Amino acid sequence: MTNRYVLVLAGILTAISLAIFMYKWQVLGLPLDASQETPTWTVETTVSFNSGPGSINVNLQIPTLTPGFATLDEYSVSRNYAFGLSYVGADRQAQWTVRRADGEQTLYYRVIVYEDPQAVQADVTPPLPIPPVVDEPFRTAVDMIVEDVSEHSADAASFTSVLLRLFNSRSPNPNVELLLAGNESRADFVQTVTTVLASARIPARLVRGIPLQERQRQVEPVPWLEIHDGDRWLYFDPATGDEGLPERFLVWWRGSQSLVQVEGGSNVSVRFAVQRNYVDSVSIAEHRAALRQSRMLDFSLFSLPIETQAVYSVLLMIPIGALIMVFMRNVVGIDTFGTFMPVLIALAFRETRLLWGVVMFSVLVALGLSIRFLLERLRLLLVPRLSAVLIVVVLLMLIISIVSHQLGMESGLSVALFPMVIIAMTIERMSVVWEERGPGDAMRAGLGSMLVAILAYLAMGMNWLEHIVVTFPELLLVVLATVLLLGRYTGYRLSELTRFQAVLGK
Amino acid sequence: MNLLRNHRLLRESGVLGLNERNADLIMRLNPRRLYPRVDDKELTKKLAGEAGMPVPALYGVIGSQSGVRRFSQIVADRESFVVKPARGSGGDGIIVIVGRSKRKRDSYRLSSGILISGAEIEHHLSNVVGGQYSLTGNPDTALIEYCVQFDPLFADISYQGVPDIRVIVYRGYPIMSMVRLPTRTSDGKANLHQGAVGAGIDISSGKTLKGVLGNSVVDEHPDTGALISGVYIPKWDFILQSSARSSDVTGLGYVGVDMVIDRDLGPLILEMNARPGLNIQIANGSGLSHRIRRIDEIFNPEDDPVTRARIARQEFSSERQGALALDTGD
Repeated sequence: MTNRYVLVLAGILTAISLAIFMYKWQVLGLPLDASQETPTWTVETTVSFNSGPGSINVNLQIPTLTPGFATLDEYSVSRNYAFGLSYVGADRQAQWTVRRADGEQTLYYRVIVYEDPQAVQADVTPPLPIPPVVDEPFRTAVDMIVEDVSEHSADAASFTSVLLRLFNSRSPNPNVELLLAGNESRADFVQTVTTVLASARIPARLVRGIPLQERQRQVEPVPWLEIHDGDRWLYFDPATGDEGLPERFLVWWRGSQSLVQVEGGSNVSVRFAVQRNYVDSVSIAEHRAALRQSRMLDFSLFSLPIETQAVYSVLLMIPIGALIMVFMRNVVGIDTFGTFMPVLIALAFRETRLLWGVVMFSVLVALGLSIRFLLERLRLLLVPRLSAVLIVVVLLMLIISIVSHQLGMESGLSVALFPMVIIAMTIERMSVVWEERGPGDAMRAGLGSMLVAILAYLAMGMNWLEHIVVTFPELLLVVLATVLLLGRYTGYRLSELTRFQAVLGK
Repeated sequence: MNLLRNHRLLRESGVLGLNERNADLIMRLNPRRLYPRVDDKELTKKLAGEAGMPVPALYGVIGSQSGVRRFSQIVADRESFVVKPARGSGGDGIIVIVGRSKRKRDSYRLSSGILISGAEIEHHLSNVVGGQYSLTGNPDTALIEYCVQFDPLFADISYQGVPDIRVIVYRGYPIMSMVRLPTRTSDGKANLHQGAVGAGIDISSGKTLKGVLGNSVVDEHPDTGALISGVYIPKWDFILQSSARSSDVTGLGYVGVDMVIDRDLGPLILEMNARPGLNIQIANGSGLSHRIRRIDEIFNPEDDPVTRARIARQEFSSERQGALALDTGD
């Protein structure tokens, strides 16, 4: 009876899921394969601040001349605010204004760019800079440096390169030291360099840009140096003096002014989030959907803010891990701790990578377990005991991080809040099993958990699978249907075939 | 290929798997709201006692920290007793006192021979009440009850501990049984996970079959070397009838009843289990499924426990097993 309901339910779920999937795939043309796409990058700037009593005026520097990239689309999300774009010299600014607002305000500016080698610097040639007015004793220092560097260089490019190397040398000469004193950030450093370059009559600017990577939720703008050699703009790495831009570097704004100016607000913070996604193909699909007056894609994941999308691309893989968990436990018959502990461990591996994760996890659990048994002698009650284990795990993690850092293994630093709690829980579970059913069962369940966690991690880390699940979340209904069916599986577990062999009299 | 063949053979001999036990028996026959009746030993004892099932006498219950003081009053001048948590599992937190020092009445002898003081027992009681041995960590109650006296019948086939008899009861009919014999490795505990030997008992005759240690068949007890099979369990009818009552008492359709045999009082029910393990099949060299199907065929709600025990003795004989498998095999 129950079986029939489950079958019907699973059938309905699968049918719905496949119908949506086929429509999105065949009719709207969403891509199955992530690698067909030319990547597009969405950079989202979030400006948040507390509003003051009066009117509010926000100016945000936004990209205008972006070598190597072309803009596909840009827009702003800002309720109640008047929004405008304006050019100020070589800069471009987004401007939001409102007469009054209450409480915390959040404004979004989003730009979608794609890599375009044809996009070059089209800025006008700047006039030769007027030598900056510098007070003594800096005046002399600048002059001496310019003189010194000029002797070792032929043109503006080599001058800059030599100058940067001089500024970055491990044992800087006293003049450089004098100029650099009081510089706190890399941006200050570049600012100082531009002053020296200006004294040498080379037009130079501080540039800040966003390095574009797969998926980042908090990106800091990276300062870079830009000079004009009379012919075109050149870029230099302020840290090494090498010419050129880093790979996938979106130039955001130039000059020394701050990224954002808020009149009438306080506690201003700006965050950048970057995501590579398939907006390109999806936007084509969206276009098609609009033509067919389909509202399907209005409800897709891509309409969410990028930070949320990044979270969901992890969350949506959890059902895959759960499916593997169900299969390994109910069909294969592997012992694990708890129901979802292995899936949680697999998620923790995402932070640490697999090999290091397994090593660190085993070490921490082994150490924690021995300490747990020491605590056992004290006969503590459950909750204080758990808390004691948690505290010990925190300290152990700290020690492991420090030791591995001293040894030069940076992966030891990849800790996060989440894995720590999971480790503490695993230790507790393992010790309970250890006492109740002996060390053999505890080790078996421990290894079983680890095995399932590794399998779940590998499955959850498959890029093509992640792409499919993120693009077609409705396919998770098929996973649900499969889990429902497995829930009514009453056959033997694989492990039972050998476990009950003794019944057969062998 | 070997696994495939095993699969077929296991199906033929009616071996029940965990998935099938969980989905088809426990979920169908054991409503969760009835679990407290077997999980709380105090409640189990009360229900079983009211229904006329034999249970070890309860000397007293300590349900709060302030009650711990009543310990010496409860024990009075009893020579032996057992302290156990009402919601403990796996035998944790159980203290067996087998005697007292002649000179100093406040000194108690554990089954291992060590002497402990009344104050130490009170500290243990306060831990039990605080929930140290209950898995959830919730406050628990401590039971102080009669200490089962070892029956010399099992002297040869158990090592430092009282063997216990497990009877699987399906819809009120006892369908399979085994005795769990403590060994040196199991530390005197009758727990198969910890290394006790399990020996099937022929329902029809009450005679022990071969033993199982871990997953392998053994003929002799690993510590004493005595032959395990061929021991007749005394008062077998009474044991079957008492366990048959368990489903009336608990309302559970699939239950494991754990009993011990006391030298003076005979069989006593220690506890019941709503999710009894499947190793009993290995101990019996036989599967549960055929017997379950047979009970479904002959089930009669009018049968009283005595009748059900009698029917079980007629139906489930280790000699007739092969014939049964042919009767219902498909």
